[in-house]
Amino acid sequence: MIHSSMNCTKCKTKAVMKLPRHNAAFCKPCFNHFVHDQVEKAIKSQAMFGPDERILVAVSGGKDSLALWHILLALGYHADALYVHLGIAGYSERSYDKVQYYAKMIAAPLGATLHTHTVEQEAGAGIKELAQLVHRPTCSTCGTIKRYQFNRAAIEKEYDVMATGHNLDDEAARLLGNVLHWQEEYLDKQGPSLPASVEGFAKKVKPLYRLTERELAAYCVLNKIDYIVDECPMAQGAKTLLYKEVLNRLETESPGTKQYFYWGFLEKQRKQSATSAPATMAEKDQTILHPCMSCGQPTTAESCSYCKLMARAKSAVPH
Amino acid sequence: MHIQLSHPSRTVDIKGPKRAKDVLRELNLVVEAHLVIRGDELVTEDEMLADQDHIEIRPVISGGT
Repeated sequence: MIHSSMNCTKCKTKAVMKLPRHNAAFCKPCFNHFVHDQVEKAIKSQAMFGPDERILVAVSGGKDSLALWHILLALGYHADALYVHLGIAGYSERSYDKVQYYAKMIAAPLGATLHTHTVEQEAGAGIKELAQLVHRPTCSTCGTIKRYQFNRAAIEKEYDVMATGHNLDDEAARLLGNVLHWQEEYLDKQGPSLPASVEGFAKKVKPLYRLTERELAAYCVLNKIDYIVDECPMAQGAKTLLYKEVLNRLETESPGTKQYFYWGFLEKQRKQSATSAPATMAEKDQTILHPCMSCGQPTTAESCSYCKLMARAKSAVPH
Repeated sequence: MHIQLSHPSRTVDIKGPKRAKDVLRELNLVVEAHLVIRGDELVTEDEMLADQDHIEIRPVISGGT
């Protein structure tokens, strides 16, 4: 056996993870401490939630959402979870198995609950069939359904806040996409904490925005969190993956690129809102949103995008 | 050494000893997008990997929205 080792920056025992963007390397306990500390920093600096608030975590069976649930429980927060079963042949079952296993073995003994919403039960078809029926890309149909169901569950089950597993790579890739296409109207909503601006909208937070995908995957491996490694079969060729690949090439050559890009954007946004005092996001939302005529969830149109999707799917079903 | 890869799932053999980062380079894989796992232990990219090691190189990129 050939031995070689690199030592932990903090305690000098053998390191298992290098973090070039922090010019550091950590052993397992120090890495866990680093991850928990980053999430606490995110929660406090963005005023996401307090120790007594009830949190609904959106889980998919992937590394980010299971890591998020695990970290919040480890930090002592009241965190339950919701899984939306999309009905993707094979993939949904395997991802649901991972979520159920985690819920049963780790979360339930800590008093946390897993809720499940099955798309096929409510919509009469899985996500792929629905997307085909309404002639829309699967990923955007999936996004509409998940956003709607997570918000609905958070409101109906009276959670104070809804948390998603979006990480630094997700946010940097999304920012890159928005900047490349100058989609300025989307930039307002790219923060890690979106308020419950109008009645019917849950507050939404992203406590993992300070951590990279690689760090979250490492956290799962080190803590034996069994997640679905396979990519969603519907996501093949999605633009986000290309943006992430490009950013990772830059990050490898120049560590810290992703955090300078996204955190720098957040800092600019904060300074701008402090000096120019434009209408707050909540004020803007209150002027343009009203209840959907079908379901009551806030929308800019007569019917919300979920109800429109369901109506189109129903009218497209062959009789 | 025996190396398990994903997306798509396959195995390759590479002659050791070799540092993890050199194995990644040989396979044309970016460090920032992968983890190197020996047995069930995570190792840094500076770790020297031996011929008898069972290695998994796990991609960490996900998301299609």
